[in-house]
Amino acid sequence: MIRLEGIDRSFQVGGEWVHALREISLEIPAGDYVAIMGPSGSGKSTLLNVIGLLDRPDRGRYLLGGVDAAGLTEEGRADLRRDKIGFVFQSFHLISRLTAAENVELPLVLAGTEPRVREARVAELLQQLNLSDRARHRPDQLSGGQRQRVAIARALAMRPAVLLADEPTGNLDLTSGREVVEILEGMNAKGITLLVVTHDPAIGGRAHRRIRMVDGLVEEGA
Amino acid sequence: MRATDLINHSYIALRAGRVRSFLTMLGIAVGIAAVVVLTAIGEGVQRYVLKEFTQFGANLIAVMPGKTETFGVSGAMVSNVRPLSLDDARSLERLSGIEAVVPVVQGNASVEAGRMSRRSMILGVGSRVPDVWSMHPALGRFLPGDDFTAARGYAVLGSKMSEELFPGRSPLGERVRIGSESYRVVGVMERKGQMLGFDMDDTVYIPISRAMAMFDRESLMEIDLLYSAGLSSGPVAERVKRHLKDRHGGEDFTVVTQDQMLEVLGDILGVLTIAIGGLGGISLLVGGVGILTIMTITVNERRGEVGLLRALGARKRQVLTLFLLDAVTLAGMGGLIGLGLGIGLALLVGILLPALPVSISWFYAAMAEIIALLVGLASGVAPALHAARLDPVQALRAE
Repeated sequence: MIRLEGIDRSFQVGGEWVHALREISLEIPAGDYVAIMGPSGSGKSTLLNVIGLLDRPDRGRYLLGGVDAAGLTEEGRADLRRDKIGFVFQSFHLISRLTAAENVELPLVLAGTEPRVREARVAELLQQLNLSDRARHRPDQLSGGQRQRVAIARALAMRPAVLLADEPTGNLDLTSGREVVEILEGMNAKGITLLVVTHDPAIGGRAHRRIRMVDGLVEEGA
Repeated sequence: MRATDLINHSYIALRAGRVRSFLTMLGIAVGIAAVVVLTAIGEGVQRYVLKEFTQFGANLIAVMPGKTETFGVSGAMVSNVRPLSLDDARSLERLSGIEAVVPVVQGNASVEAGRMSRRSMILGVGSRVPDVWSMHPALGRFLPGDDFTAARGYAVLGSKMSEELFPGRSPLGERVRIGSESYRVVGVMERKGQMLGFDMDDTVYIPISRAMAMFDRESLMEIDLLYSAGLSSGPVAERVKRHLKDRHGGEDFTVVTQDQMLEVLGDILGVLTIAIGGLGGISLLVGGVGILTIMTITVNERRGEVGLLRALGARKRQVLTLFLLDAVTLAGMGGLIGLGLGIGLALLVGILLPALPVSISWFYAAMAEIIALLVGLASGVAPALHAARLDPVQALRAE
């Protein structure tokens, strides 16, 4: 479960202070499927980064699965992020010199998981995302949809409780986009909490719950 | 992260930027190769010189007239220097621990045999030269152990002298004229080569007393002593000193042990080797700057990747380790290439220039590799720290 209480975050961009998050309070039960929508610069990504423990709020309380993130050290946050959260990015963020399988394996390698366990997990994920025949290909040999599927497989490698997707279809054509959304929803169906930042009302419409952000404020909308 | 995974990660990264990695390694490789080659030459010269010095035996002590130390005493008071005499030499022979004594006088004279004539070095010596200087006659025998004062007119020729005066035949039993005296050749020495510019082969050895008369000398130039194997030079030299002090009433002579000579020489040559090794070290430093440059560029290019690693739960320290390892691997592999290159070059120099003694110093080679790794570490620290300190949100945005 995710609980935000009075989260405030502002930063300086080119000499100007941007108040990205204003007193945000939010509760997302485990297994929920939430779309975060709103215009550019409204604070969607900052909210996602705070939830993903990449960014620290200036004020407020953030509880992830009952753990107070504010009380954690930098390293503690890294560990929590590693174990609980999977990221999916608009630009995939695959490492170009690694094969699809190696990209998927990366979180497990960083976590120091045993090679035997890793191998089995990677094979399973690639199969699940219909990428088995692409395992030895590098990102530049894959289509956009395939790349995002590799990225999703990577996000799932540590079996996270929460999946955070920032515009996951932003760089994809319609068909691949729909495919990716269906995969994410499939994961949600298995119990993973899914948060998607999107511009696309079609995707927003599929979520169980929609959060609209304007100017750092949350408007809960149907 | 597991060690094998760390290494693998570095390896993949370096392989991905093959050309760049190779060029960066080359900088270090050239430095290491320079260190290996230069120290190989330095070490070779050192060994060569030391060998030159020990070819006349190891347990040597030389006594020379005069004291080469400065005291605050006026010149008038030290004028009572007594020269070294044959009696001094004879008395040293009886000293315990002394195996053999060779008194030495050296001069130049013309040597004639039949119609052949040659001006050359004449060494007036005792009969124990083969033992003390560890050089032996190749033909015949060395000068007999006559009493110094009643020595017979025998001479021993250096190998070159023999070839020049008696080309193609044995000089044994032949007569040679040295100065105005006639000598009978009783032996020819084995080839010995040059020693500090003296051609030991272009020499005639005659009894010391006859040489002193020939050159009109009352005293000896040097007394060489062979001490028993197993004794250490210090106490023996001390005993010699005490003995001669008693005879002369003061220390108006200098005792030099070969150990001392070798020590000083070794020190000088060692410094030389370190100095030229240092020259190679400078190019190693330049290689380090190359790594620093490349790592700075690499970290900048891989900012997105740093952000990703952090998003995947990598700790700062992990990011630091990864980039540091890249730098160290670059340097280490560059070092290994350099070692291969240096050893190859050193061997090549040894083959192409046989006159230049080359001896690969494994100590310096190992040191060079360790220094290469340290250079990699040092030049990797700043870029790796930079990578570790990147804000993950900012880093992810860079793509």
